[in-house]
Amino acid sequence: MSVLAPAAGRQRIYRVNPVAKIAALLPLSVCVLLTLDWLSACVAVVGELLLFAVAGLRSRSLWLRTLPVWLAAPLAGLSMTLYGRASGTTYVQLGFLHVTDGSLAIGAATVARVLAVALPAVVLFATIDPTDLADGLAQVLRLPSRFVLGALAGLRLVGLFVRDWRSLELARRARGVADTGRLRRVLNQAVALLVLAIRRGGKLATAMEARGFDGPAPRTWARPSPFGTAEVVTIACGTALGLASVAAALAAGTWNFVLT
Amino acid sequence: MAAEGWGWRHGGRRAWALRDLDLVVEPGERVLLLGASGAGKSTLLHALAGVLGVEEAGEETGRLTLDGQSPRGARGRAGLVLQDPDSQVILARVGDDVAFGCENLGVPREEIWRRVPEALDAVGLALPLDHPTERLSGGQQQRLALAGVLAMRPGLLLLDEPTANLDPEGVREVVDAVGRVLERTGATLVVVEHRVSTWLPLVDRVVVVGPGGVVADGSPEDVLRREGARLAAGGIWVPGHPPAVPVRTGSAASTEALLTASGLSIGRGTSVVRDGLDLVLPAGSSVALTGPNGAGKSTLALTLAGLLPPLAGQVGAEPSLAAGRGSSPHRWRSRELVERVGVVFQEPEHQFLTSTVRAELEVGLRATGRYDDAGRDRVDALLERLRLTALGRANPFTLSGGEKRRLSVATALATSPPLLVLDEPTFGQDALTWAELVRLLAELLAEGRTILSVTHDQAYVAALADLELVLAPGSPFASRSPR
Repeated sequence: MSVLAPAAGRQRIYRVNPVAKIAALLPLSVCVLLTLDWLSACVAVVGELLLFAVAGLRSRSLWLRTLPVWLAAPLAGLSMTLYGRASGTTYVQLGFLHVTDGSLAIGAATVARVLAVALPAVVLFATIDPTDLADGLAQVLRLPSRFVLGALAGLRLVGLFVRDWRSLELARRARGVADTGRLRRVLNQAVALLVLAIRRGGKLATAMEARGFDGPAPRTWARPSPFGTAEVVTIACGTALGLASVAAALAAGTWNFVLT
Repeated sequence: MAAEGWGWRHGGRRAWALRDLDLVVEPGERVLLLGASGAGKSTLLHALAGVLGVEEAGEETGRLTLDGQSPRGARGRAGLVLQDPDSQVILARVGDDVAFGCENLGVPREEIWRRVPEALDAVGLALPLDHPTERLSGGQQQRLALAGVLAMRPGLLLLDEPTANLDPEGVREVVDAVGRVLERTGATLVVVEHRVSTWLPLVDRVVVVGPGGVVADGSPEDVLRREGARLAAGGIWVPGHPPAVPVRTGSAASTEALLTASGLSIGRGTSVVRDGLDLVLPAGSSVALTGPNGAGKSTLALTLAGLLPPLAGQVGAEPSLAAGRGSSPHRWRSRELVERVGVVFQEPEHQFLTSTVRAELEVGLRATGRYDDAGRDRVDALLERLRLTALGRANPFTLSGGEKRRLSVATALATSPPLLVLDEPTFGQDALTWAELVRLLAELLAEGRTILSVTHDQAYVAALADLELVLAPGSPFASRSPR
């Protein structure tokens, strides 16, 4: 298992600078979250699906990856339908539960909005290689390399922690203490993992410094982190789609500012 | 490199790790640095690489220089490869990992990508630059670390037991790679290692250090002739001075089986690593499970020990082991298991549960409700037998490598299980701990216990095993008798 496995794919979206992907997500999410109506979110979802198609993302694995989002969105919508603010005709009334015109509208808007925010986030992050992201954060956004590379190297340890955790679990069974007190055992195991983690972190820091990390010389970057037309287009698409969804809501009169 | 009266004391310790060291190494020399465990060898290498004090603070005396400068200011002049392969991989792709050191030194991009393939070629790693580093074997990881250091073009190569955690194949790979690198670059070498024979063909000078400075210094033949016996007594593996072990006379093993496996498929999780395995573990015997890395030896041992469920087929415990429980060890409850099978893990730290050595030995007895007066006596006797009495109140995590190993064996013995399963018990151990462990296991065998060991260590197999089972990928078991 690795959190750091390079994301691999031939489509152009994989080569877009990760910083641009995140920069494109921001305005889109903000716009969709500003209003509580079904139309703006639907415009965003349809636009997103169109953009994914244009970007060449049609593979089965992509649908599998976003499956949780498709499952979670209706659940969120259902609870809003049952508990959301009541208005208009009442269809069902069961104690606190009620289904009304108003709660149905809120439910639909919720489904669409969860999809509108989560789909692009899942899809774009699935195509981001952590190493490229670190390069982008340090070279494009000029975040301190000490911080960015430290976090990147630390991420690699997560795979080792998973292995450690399994060994700790087996060892507890072998020592005769795995029959009862599951909660206490898990806590105790978490502390043991923390001790191992600190030790691994220390070793990694030594190994990094032995390779001159955080030294006096200005650092160079072996991998360029280009920021060109593709990146500008990506950000423009995100921004345009966000604005389009807001404009649609305003034009159709469904705009429902979240803070009112 | 030059040291004048140099010394270092780790923060919070009273004793000096190393002091009064006077040593000069000329460019191009290849030095093997020897000394008993705790003689401060690693401390010196860390200081030369300019990374002393990264993990913990400390206090320094005297002068240590590299090309006349302080090593901290001369980063990149000395390249350090450490013992643990896992913690030296820094980035996710092979090429990026090698480039990391160059980037830190501010080498221009074009120059970096000229150096990276060169360095990979020098260490014999013929892999694409975007090969994921997580798919490397231990020997490959160490060669990658060497390539990363090499790309920085250091004048001095520092190796801190780089082969201690590798199987024989990995050791060969790394030693060959270092030899090739020295030939090409003419770099100076300082290597720390417990096993002298590993590096003897490559070095032209041997330096022995103790806590009070240099003890012996000269050509390998000279130093080993004069100091060989003393070094061996200090835990170093010196050719011609093998650790004394009791000769195991014939096999006391009965022909009766203790544990059998038939049509066994093994794996962690759901994917099968090996299938169709059949074997018999005779009661009272010592069986060694050997074979290359990745063949599934540890997985098999843990499955036989009832920790991992068989994915197909079965593991069958004979009544003498099952003692009234069912015949499938993985269905036993945890506290039933601890009375029947003692498991010693490769990493002792994975199996420690408490904050003192004594409490660690009580765990199994308490779990089985046997921590009474007899249980207390048993713990005392075990502490005595494994020379841990003085450490009874110490925290298991603060012990030395050898002490941790002894404690992990002791914890498995506390509930006196008839079967003992050990995973790489001699990995990274010095000769003293090794001999001690072999003596102890020989005693246990004489008591009639059964031992299954996963190991790469042929000396261990020769000293202890009645039967060696070789597990190689894609072929059925080959068994042979080591004697």
